[in-house]
Amino acid sequence: MEAFLHQFLSGLANGGIYASIGLALVMIYQATHHINFAQGEQGMFSAYVALVLIQAGVPYWAAFLLALAFGFVSGVAIERIVIRPFEQAPVLSVVVVFLGLLFIINSLAGWLFTYNVQAFPSPFPAGLSGRYLSAHEIGMVGVTLLTLLVIYLFFRFTPLGLAMRAAAQNPDASRLVGIRVGWMLALGWGLAGAVGAIAAIMAAPIVYIEPNMMGGILLYGFAAALLGGINNPWGAAAGGFIVGVIENLAGAYVVGTELKLSVALVIIIVVLVTRPAGLFGYTTMTRV
Amino acid sequence: MALAQGEVTHGVGAAATRDTSTRIVHVAALVALLVVALAIPFVASSYRLLQFTMVVIYSIALLGLNILTGFNGQISLGHGAFYAIGAYTTAILLERTGIPYWGAIPISGAVCLVAGFLFGLPALRLEGHYLALSTFALAVATPQLLKFRALESWTGGVQGTYVSPLSAPFGLPLAGDQWLYLVALMFAIALFVLARNLLRGNTGTAIIAIRDHPVAAASMGINISLYKSLTFGVSAMYTGIAGALGALVAQFVSPDSFSIFLSLGFLVGSVIGGVASISGAVFGAFFIQFVPNFADQISKAATWAVYGAFLIGFMYLMPTGVAGAVARLLKRMRLVHRA
Repeated sequence: MEAFLHQFLSGLANGGIYASIGLALVMIYQATHHINFAQGEQGMFSAYVALVLIQAGVPYWAAFLLALAFGFVSGVAIERIVIRPFEQAPVLSVVVVFLGLLFIINSLAGWLFTYNVQAFPSPFPAGLSGRYLSAHEIGMVGVTLLTLLVIYLFFRFTPLGLAMRAAAQNPDASRLVGIRVGWMLALGWGLAGAVGAIAAIMAAPIVYIEPNMMGGILLYGFAAALLGGINNPWGAAAGGFIVGVIENLAGAYVVGTELKLSVALVIIIVVLVTRPAGLFGYTTMTRV
Repeated sequence: MALAQGEVTHGVGAAATRDTSTRIVHVAALVALLVVALAIPFVASSYRLLQFTMVVIYSIALLGLNILTGFNGQISLGHGAFYAIGAYTTAILLERTGIPYWGAIPISGAVCLVAGFLFGLPALRLEGHYLALSTFALAVATPQLLKFRALESWTGGVQGTYVSPLSAPFGLPLAGDQWLYLVALMFAIALFVLARNLLRGNTGTAIIAIRDHPVAAASMGINISLYKSLTFGVSAMYTGIAGALGALVAQFVSPDSFSIFLSLGFLVGSVIGGVASISGAVFGAFFIQFVPNFADQISKAATWAVYGAFLIGFMYLMPTGVAGAVARLLKRMRLVHRA
């Protein structure tokens, strides 16, 4: 029981990271109907920015906020410069553009920061650690929940959040009431970039920092978003926690760590085959 | 879903309206291409020959993906898995049963046909991004499954397994690699003709109708489930045959050569070439074989950044792929010619 609880809770802690990435993916998906394959790499690059700042002597939380700002600004810039020209392009062309971005960011990070695996500091004091979870895992859950809360409050209670939701749901009508739809999309990209940066900075002390650190995490985030329902941000967050728990329990009790990625994915596909819109998503009806 | 809008499918639909002079140009171009392709093994160095053999093989694999993604509208990020199944089937047949390569290649294709059909059945319920995730998962799981202990006596586990090299039959004065190129080319020609006939006939019309308007297709009496899973099977068969040939070229199969990047490479090649076209498969094969090398020559330090920039640049300049751009260019030339 003791061991089970440990595996379960640590799955929840990892799930927080998947939830953040899933949320970032859904934010972009809702506005543009594209899945950003480069989301993980954008986060990884922001984490490197944080690491460089910390090594230069900037206090942790200041570096954290600066890296978030970097994630936000680079997200906006990528949307404006790279993605905007493909607004009318076919879906698959956009997928290839995202893959191109993934290669570029990954390779730039390797070039600027080397491919060496480096340790990343955790801001949470060791005294915080509890019976089942390490200090960092507890802090990570806290940061994830705080992020979700802030995002929720932003979209629910601020005029800007309302405008962004409106622009995603009905671009034409939003334009008529004076919302700058193009900038709302760019802001969505910026927010997704910042959330992705949080996920990467929180993951870095566990998986260590290197240019390929987000590969597996992005896949789980992707799975989280689809499992929860790609058109429901809170579903995606819940999906993240579910995927984290499934992954850990499957790895510990069913097949061992070798096959845990495959098993987690198989479970997700089985769920999707029975509920094609995800657990919390809604089915869209199209008039034919 | 607008996977590939515009004129890319025009080669299939507008065949009847094409006038004889363009027909002659087409046939002449094909004959020229064939002559060049047949001359390659006798003029190219053995390194170049290896590269061109891979181009031929990739074009078969990409054609399979084009049939599925471009013509039938089902996105696959996991065709590397079928390539792996084809490669491993051939390796196991050659090394353990004594079946010769010319028997092993079609058997590998048949195994992939069945595997693709079976994977296509649950995939029927998934569309768009959900299908992309499922096939992505297949690609991610492939190396792990190939390493799986219980299968180790067949697959050779992490180490992989060797495939003995070919030699030319009937005492022909050809080296093994020259003969292998010609074998791959024969398979490619047969499979391209097959694909062209398949897609131009009633079956092809049904496959395309399902992509463009599933509801209308169903009301015309097309059995959507059957066609979609069969298309998945045929597509997997193409890629599987490519994998079988690839194993003969590499003379070695190991789990890590079938990573997710192989599958993503196929998707990239397919889209860059022109996803809803037959000729696009050839353009795409050239791209995935030569552009990474080219990027490496430009910058050793940031090869993949250069490659990524190429991807984005290609998509910016040719949103419907090389085949789409060529089709548009030909159309414009024809208009100028007439004016």
